[in-house]
Amino acid sequence: MSIRVENIDKRFGAFTALNDVTLDFRTGELTALLGPSGCGKTTLLRIIAGLETADSGRILIAGEETSDKPVRERQVGFVFQHYALFRHMSVFENVAFGLRVKPRRERPGEAGIRRRVMELLDLVQLAWLADRMPAQLSGGQRQRIALARALAVEPQVLLLDEPFGALDAKVRKELRGWLRQLHETLHITSIFVTHDQEEALELADRVVVMNQGRIEQAGPPQTVYEHPANAFVHGFLGASNILRGTIRDGLFHAEGASLPARNIHQSGGEAIAYLRPHELAIARRPDPAGIPAEIRRILAFGALARIELVTLAGRVPLEVELPQRDLAGLALNPGETVHLMPQGVNLFPSAEAAILPKPVLAKAG
Amino acid sequence: MAGATSTLTASQRFESRSATRDHGVVRALLLALGLGFFVLFLILPLVVVFAEALRKGWETYWAALVEPDALSAIRLTLLAAAIAVPLNLVFGVSAAWAIAKYQFRGKALLTTMIDLPFSVSPVIAGLIYVLVFGAQGWFGPLLEGYDVRIIFAVPGIVLATIFVTFPFIARELIPLMEAQGSEEEEAALVLGASGWQTFWRVTLPNIKWGLLYGVILCNARAMGEFGAVSVVSGHIRGMTNTMPLHVEILYNEYQFAAAFAVASLLALLALFTLAVKSVIEWRASPTSTPGTRPEEPRT
Amino acid sequence: MAATASRRVLPGFGLTLGFTILYLSLIVLIPLSAVFVKTATLSPEQIWAQISAPRAVASYRLTFGASLLAATVNAVFGLILAWILVRYSFPGKKLVDALIDLPFALPTAVAGIALAAIYAKNGWIGQFLEPHGIKIAFTPAGILVALIFIGLPFVVRTVQPVLQDLDAEFEEAAASLGATRWQSVTRVVLPAILPALTTGFALAFARAVGEYGSVIFIAGNMPLVSEITPLIIITKLEQYDYAGATAIATVMLLISFALLLVINLLQAWSARRGRKEA
Repeated sequence: MSIRVENIDKRFGAFTALNDVTLDFRTGELTALLGPSGCGKTTLLRIIAGLETADSGRILIAGEETSDKPVRERQVGFVFQHYALFRHMSVFENVAFGLRVKPRRERPGEAGIRRRVMELLDLVQLAWLADRMPAQLSGGQRQRIALARALAVEPQVLLLDEPFGALDAKVRKELRGWLRQLHETLHITSIFVTHDQEEALELADRVVVMNQGRIEQAGPPQTVYEHPANAFVHGFLGASNILRGTIRDGLFHAEGASLPARNIHQSGGEAIAYLRPHELAIARRPDPAGIPAEIRRILAFGALARIELVTLAGRVPLEVELPQRDLAGLALNPGETVHLMPQGVNLFPSAEAAILPKPVLAKAG
Repeated sequence: MAGATSTLTASQRFESRSATRDHGVVRALLLALGLGFFVLFLILPLVVVFAEALRKGWETYWAALVEPDALSAIRLTLLAAAIAVPLNLVFGVSAAWAIAKYQFRGKALLTTMIDLPFSVSPVIAGLIYVLVFGAQGWFGPLLEGYDVRIIFAVPGIVLATIFVTFPFIARELIPLMEAQGSEEEEAALVLGASGWQTFWRVTLPNIKWGLLYGVILCNARAMGEFGAVSVVSGHIRGMTNTMPLHVEILYNEYQFAAAFAVASLLALLALFTLAVKSVIEWRASPTSTPGTRPEEPRT
Repeated sequence: MAATASRRVLPGFGLTLGFTILYLSLIVLIPLSAVFVKTATLSPEQIWAQISAPRAVASYRLTFGASLLAATVNAVFGLILAWILVRYSFPGKKLVDALIDLPFALPTAVAGIALAAIYAKNGWIGQFLEPHGIKIAFTPAGILVALIFIGLPFVVRTVQPVLQDLDAEFEEAAASLGATRWQSVTRVVLPAILPALTTGFALAFARAVGEYGSVIFIAGNMPLVSEITPLIIITKLEQYDYAGATAIATVMLLISFALLLVINLLQAWSARRGRKEA
């Protein structure tokens, strides 16, 4: 089922949660709503579910207007951030709930309910927990039971609010792969909310980046990551080095270097460059396109080594990431002066930088 | 209270750590003072009630309880509680649902208003109904025309009982339901449950201990109320006397053994209430502990 | 985000709020307003004559004085009881903990006659005090005893949870910084529980001011000496002096409302103080 969100506005008192949001979710796709906390992503999810009403705008599910449809008739599956398992019911009864509250005509018999619940518990690989109470489950298990419960009513769409938010890093990683697999099998149109860019990029077919109640960019993970529409998206998706400079003669001039850029739209004036740490090469030889910088610290562990530097001209802190093997070849030492050769420079008008949450080396999540 | 079961281990922890361990003398002194006070002010009155009730033997005791006026007082007390508690139960659940599940203007004011009966002297609680329904009151002449008596009659007693027990269940449920939030109800709705189904299958099972707790306290107060009922009762023996009023009459007539015999029934009710309360606290702790202070107004 | 969201999606808002307000109005608000309406029919001189009569004034002094004293005694012993319940383990602790609430559960009339039987001059304790010329029952001291009884749980039950939540680490930090045990108790523990203690004190005081049932059996009820304000209201009612009863009730109601306001402010303070710095 496709979902269309049209011109949605939502305010809580003086706070604007959503500001004229329009979005399309295609059938069978897994979409991530990504953004910092307070950006309106959860509110949007709750409005689609019918748990919140928009001040204005429309929600269409499979082309059908649902704005006035009560929650219980929308046939959406919703997985709550803290799972909202009914604490007084066993795992089995939790999953069976949606079937038991159906009107008598549509309600399956006891045997039917039992079969369906066990099917779902098999699907989430937790059939052996059927008689446990929610309090006896681990976080990851609760998460999967919540998912089974949501799937029991055969929803047209599946909505997940921060599905991995309350889990520790290791379980998070496991469940991520598992959820992707499950999506491949079921192919239900799904939307999940997250503030973790890695999660969004890795898991989703499409990523919607939100900020302050607005959509900054929507697209496949690759596109959003490599061609960020603006400074916010660039800053939010992965770490960035930031340089302020001016545009002259088709080149970006900053920190004693003249750099070619991917997107010079302005003929002149001030601009800000965003450079990913892995897109900077280190050279010993001076070069007009190389930024002279001094090495402060070398963090050589793991597959990627990190090198912290400051530019010679303006003492701007920069960070470079490179494979451990390349680092060994370079034989760098702290205190040494090197030249940084950017492989991809994204330029944005300097005014845009103001909306960044953390200007220097913004690492979201 | 906040988990009699967890207190034990917690206090042992406090006693084992050097920084929180009190000097032996201090500990002994505080224990002596605290427990001495406890025995003098709580245990002794309780013991006195039963000792005085049985002073003249079991026969006198039994006779005082089965005497017709005593029986009629017991019946009236049970009747008043049987009306007041269910009404306040419905009110309490309804008020807690409105206050805990929704945001609206004037919520804090409404919550304070619900607590009002606790901060009003019981005597005034009786007085207000006299002013409304008494012979000289707002509706007095009207009611007299239809030959309906409220003041100095059973309806007045029931009304006064409802008033003084008004907040018990609501104030037990409001914080509990606020703490539990609405996620489970939302989950039920998303899964297709109707409002009633959500209430009966999800909300009620989650609040059942808090509800029982409120009912028990409400009932204890309903059966034991003295001041408010005294004002509206008219003290007609065998007609408008509740058990506490019957105790007063017997006491004023120097029938001490009989007075204490009836009082001992009320004391048993109090002990039963405390026992149930402890069991509920034990069952409900540590996840959803009902409030510990049944009578103070909350914010 | 979701925390501030309106919850109107759940059904039943109109029904439950409507019923709540209706029932509240019928049982509480409209009858209570009768007191003020009735008082408004009196002239200011009449009201003043009623509320400033010597018997009334003596009763205020007694009611508020005894309540204040009782609340103070409860603050001290309630704190001690809360302390030993939280900090010490001793046999019978669970029983003590459960019975602390007895004054909430025991009908006041029962408490009244029991206390009278204890402190009367031939009573359980009274007989030992009598030879020394100490009289408790049927004097203001008897009122004090009754008010201590009914107010006892308030301080214990407000202080106990706060004390329970107070982590041992605070005192350990104080000790590691060189504080003596006395210093760490007075400078670290007491300030933390002060809002709760004050709240408990105010609650006990508010309850004592309106108390009737337990007091009248032990007070003696002598005009100008041991007659509490609620009793004056009853006496006037029995004489069909509704105007006089209502005027004095208004004074008490206004004081009760003021106390309710103070208690709400104290609890807000308590809640702010109680919030853990994460």
